[in-house]
Amino acid sequence: MADEVKGVPELPKPERMKVPRHPMPTQDHHVRISNFDEVATGYDPETALVEAQRCLQCANPPCVKGCPVGIDIPAFIDLLRKGDVAGSLVKLKETNTLPAICGRVCPQEEQCEVVCVLAKRGEPVAIGRMERFVADWEREHGTASTPELAPPTGMCVAVVGSGPAGLACAAELARAGHAVTIFEALHKPGGVLVYGIPQFRLPKEIVTYEIDALTAMGVTLRPDFVIGKTASVHELFWEFGFDAVFLGTGAGLPYFLGIPGENYIGVLSANEFLTRVNLMKAYDFPRHDTPVRPGRRVAVVGSGNVAMDCLRTAKRLGAEEVICIYRRTRNESPARREELEHAEEEAIDFRWLSAPLAVRGNAEGFVTGMQIQRMELGEPDASGRRRPVPVAGSEYEIAVDTVVMAIGQGPNPLATRSTPGLALNRHGNIVADPETLQTSIPGVFAGGDIVTGAATVILAMGAGKQAARGIHAWLGRLKAGEVEKPRLE
Amino acid sequence: MFAIESREEIAPRFHRFVVRAPEIARKHRPGQFVIVMPDELGERIPLTIAHADAAAGTITLVVQEMGKTTMAMGRMNGGDGFVSVVGPLGAPTHIERFGTVVCVGGGAGIAPLLPIAAGMKAAGNTVLSILGGRTHELVILQPEMTAASHEIFLTTDDGSLGRKGLVTHALSDLIAERGKPELVVAIGPAVMMRAVAELTRPLGIKTWASLNSIMVDGTGMCGACRVSVGGQTKFVCVDGPEFDAHEVDFDLLVKRLRMYLPEEQVARERYLEQCRCHEEGGGHHG
Ligand SMILES: Cc1cc2nc3c(=O)[nH]c(=O)nc-3n(C[C@H](O)[C@H](O)[C@H](O)COP(=O)(O)OP(=O)(O)OC[C@H]3O[C@@H](n4cnc5c(N)ncnc54)[C@H](O)[C@@H]3O)c2cc1C
Ligand SMILES: Cc1cc2nc3c(=O)[nH]c(=O)nc-3n(C[C@H](O)[C@H](O)[C@H](O)COP(=O)(O)OP(=O)(O)OC[C@H]3O[C@@H](n4cnc5c(N)ncnc54)[C@H](O)[C@@H]3O)c2cc1C
Ligand code: SF4
Ligand code: FES
Repeated sequence: MADEVKGVPELPKPERMKVPRHPMPTQDHHVRISNFDEVATGYDPETALVEAQRCLQCANPPCVKGCPVGIDIPAFIDLLRKGDVAGSLVKLKETNTLPAICGRVCPQEEQCEVVCVLAKRGEPVAIGRMERFVADWEREHGTASTPELAPPTGMCVAVVGSGPAGLACAAELARAGHAVTIFEALHKPGGVLVYGIPQFRLPKEIVTYEIDALTAMGVTLRPDFVIGKTASVHELFWEFGFDAVFLGTGAGLPYFLGIPGENYIGVLSANEFLTRVNLMKAYDFPRHDTPVRPGRRVAVVGSGNVAMDCLRTAKRLGAEEVICIYRRTRNESPARREELEHAEEEAIDFRWLSAPLAVRGNAEGFVTGMQIQRMELGEPDASGRRRPVPVAGSEYEIAVDTVVMAIGQGPNPLATRSTPGLALNRHGNIVADPETLQTSIPGVFAGGDIVTGAATVILAMGAGKQAARGIHAWLGRLKAGEVEKPRLE
Repeated sequence: MFAIESREEIAPRFHRFVVRAPEIARKHRPGQFVIVMPDELGERIPLTIAHADAAAGTITLVVQEMGKTTMAMGRMNGGDGFVSVVGPLGAPTHIERFGTVVCVGGGAGIAPLLPIAAGMKAAGNTVLSILGGRTHELVILQPEMTAASHEIFLTTDDGSLGRKGLVTHALSDLIAERGKPELVVAIGPAVMMRAVAELTRPLGIKTWASLNSIMVDGTGMCGACRVSVGGQTKFVCVDGPEFDAHEVDFDLLVKRLRMYLPEEQVARERYLEQCRCHEEGGGHHG
């Protein structure tokens, strides 16, 4: 790879539309199913620049409206085309704190790219791939500049949770000159980015790099610290001396189906399976001490991104057969298309219109199989999706030794339940003001999955940034004596 | 890094650690535990806080060598540190004035029992403790438990200390002699807790057990620790570790504890092999 990126000329508009969208190079699927290396290997500079040439530089770009945080997409693409990768990254970072991560995991196909003008006549500009290229280039060439920090304000903020919401909030606040400490329950920061999303989709070095950048900005990290256990929100204000608190505790509580046999040995939540493998590096057992039972025949229940990650992880751990059990069809699968296609290439056995009725086990308590019910699509429900209904008498058995439940996660109540006066909705999510993201407690803000329920990295990141603005304003009022820190006892 | 201030072998394969963890020491209540990850490549394992000294900023852990992780911990010393210690986790023991409380402890279970017995005594209960082990030197923390109880009864499988037999024998005699206590708290191997529960169930004596399920995060995030209590799935790390022993499905607990038996075996053998190479190469004992 050359160490310099030379700009390419602007093409006349009709020419631009003739250039085909550049595919993402990937590791061959025969090879990749036996390693944990990244599947998509990224554009080289030539490809990235020619892809950048395709953008029409629309005057009223729909892609920007499609982006949950409103990245100035044509602007970053134009800077890239001119060969100004550093400038392009600055442009991206104006709105997106974590472009290397979002470039990899955002569902561009339903956000910016789906509305791209070119999508109407052919294939959209590969926005996400260029975003990733820009961030990777700058990271690999060490040219990314550390952002300028405002002079210290003397105010301190506690950020609870180090997922994308917490990281983005901390970065914004540090930039504004506030002293920030991130409290994280686990021993490693990053939230779902480290414990959930596998190495082969998001290399952990990238998350580490972003976190190192935060500490370089003066942000303090306190891993092994559970709010609600090690200290309460009240204590953060009155004993640790913080002036504001941000709660970005995510959606970490695993759901189970409640079907018979769910506690047999070999039934795991997606969180447990992925945490063992990603955070605890069980794929490298016994060098790392934490074990995981790969299983020879693995069933994963669910068909979202989390399920795709479990299926593909099981495959890489050496499972002979990996089966996806989902009660609707491929069309309703909430997973990103790219992940679904990659999973299909990796020879995952998809059983659409199949609902698990029970897990079977032997006398020693180990899983031996599942009872499955065939479904068909019935009348549309309130959301317009056709509801799956059981086909009478269609029950059948499959033999498996591992079952992973990837049917969703709810809010972890450790922090919320220990905070008196914090308003929650009926699902246990924190209620926050849509503008400032302040909660029912003045000085306590919240954002990300803990507010929205399980959503996306970009939305959590955006919420963290938005909350930082709310916090900044609140700190100003606190300094001016217009508001007081809350007492929660 | 959480500094180990001292390690002391209080009985064969039982180690008492004093660890610097001021924030945890400050918040600890009896019944709570920490998750410890000894080193970067290590596993996260739950250990009860046997004692906390808020003023000194330390917590005390009593660790029994079981497999790779606890054996390796037994070779760590003052001056070393654990990469991760998080807590205090779990719900604290519900301590109030019940009347007479019998504390039954077996093996490493005596360590978690200690702060509970002390707490119950401080709350004005009459605390009678029954401690058991295979042989005399495995009945740990006798002085500490004596101080935390009004009376103490010892049992060993081989009769080398106290009465020969199981803790349940001592418990059933105690009930026969003194009448029914208001509460029994049992902590030890799952089979012991189940035997205690079976003994007290027909007598209608309220009984708590502290469950030692397999854990990963200890914060309700993974579900590895789930058990069945009264027919409902509970997470030991957040809903427990103590539960009504009469409602616990001990059979399931015992089975689930065997989940990683083959892997634990691999880890232990690999570890012992490494120690052996080390000793032969270095010519000293670890
Ligand atoms: C397996 C998986 C795959 C996914 N794939 C994608 C994808 O491809 N694209 C996409 O856009 N989104 C994806 N998502 C969703 C996305 O990761 C989340 O929406 C996002 O991470 C939410 O960010 P957050 O900061 O709100 O919370 P999280 O990332 O969940 O972080 C919350 C952090 O808070 C910590 N915490 C919780 N309680 C406490 C407490 N009491 N004290 C201290 N710390 C606490 C947690 O340990 C955690 O580290 C995926 C999710 C999963 C699980
Ligand atoms: C709430 C709680 C409090 C505990 N308190 C203490 C204590 O104060 N002192 C003490 O010596 N032990 C305690 N334990 C048990 C201790 O955690 C295990 O002995 C330890 O994890 C064994 O690890 P190992 O690698 O040495 O052994 P392994 O070879 O891994 O296993 C030996 C045995 O320990 C159990 N075990 C393995 N991994 C775990 C894990 N991650 N979590 C829980 N159990 C596991 C297995 O069922 C196995 O039978 C407690 C357990 C729980 C759940
Ligand atoms: S909509 Fe497509 S073509 Fe138009 S500016 Fe955005 S990326 Fe470029
Ligand atoms: S240890 Fe993970 S939920 Fe209890």
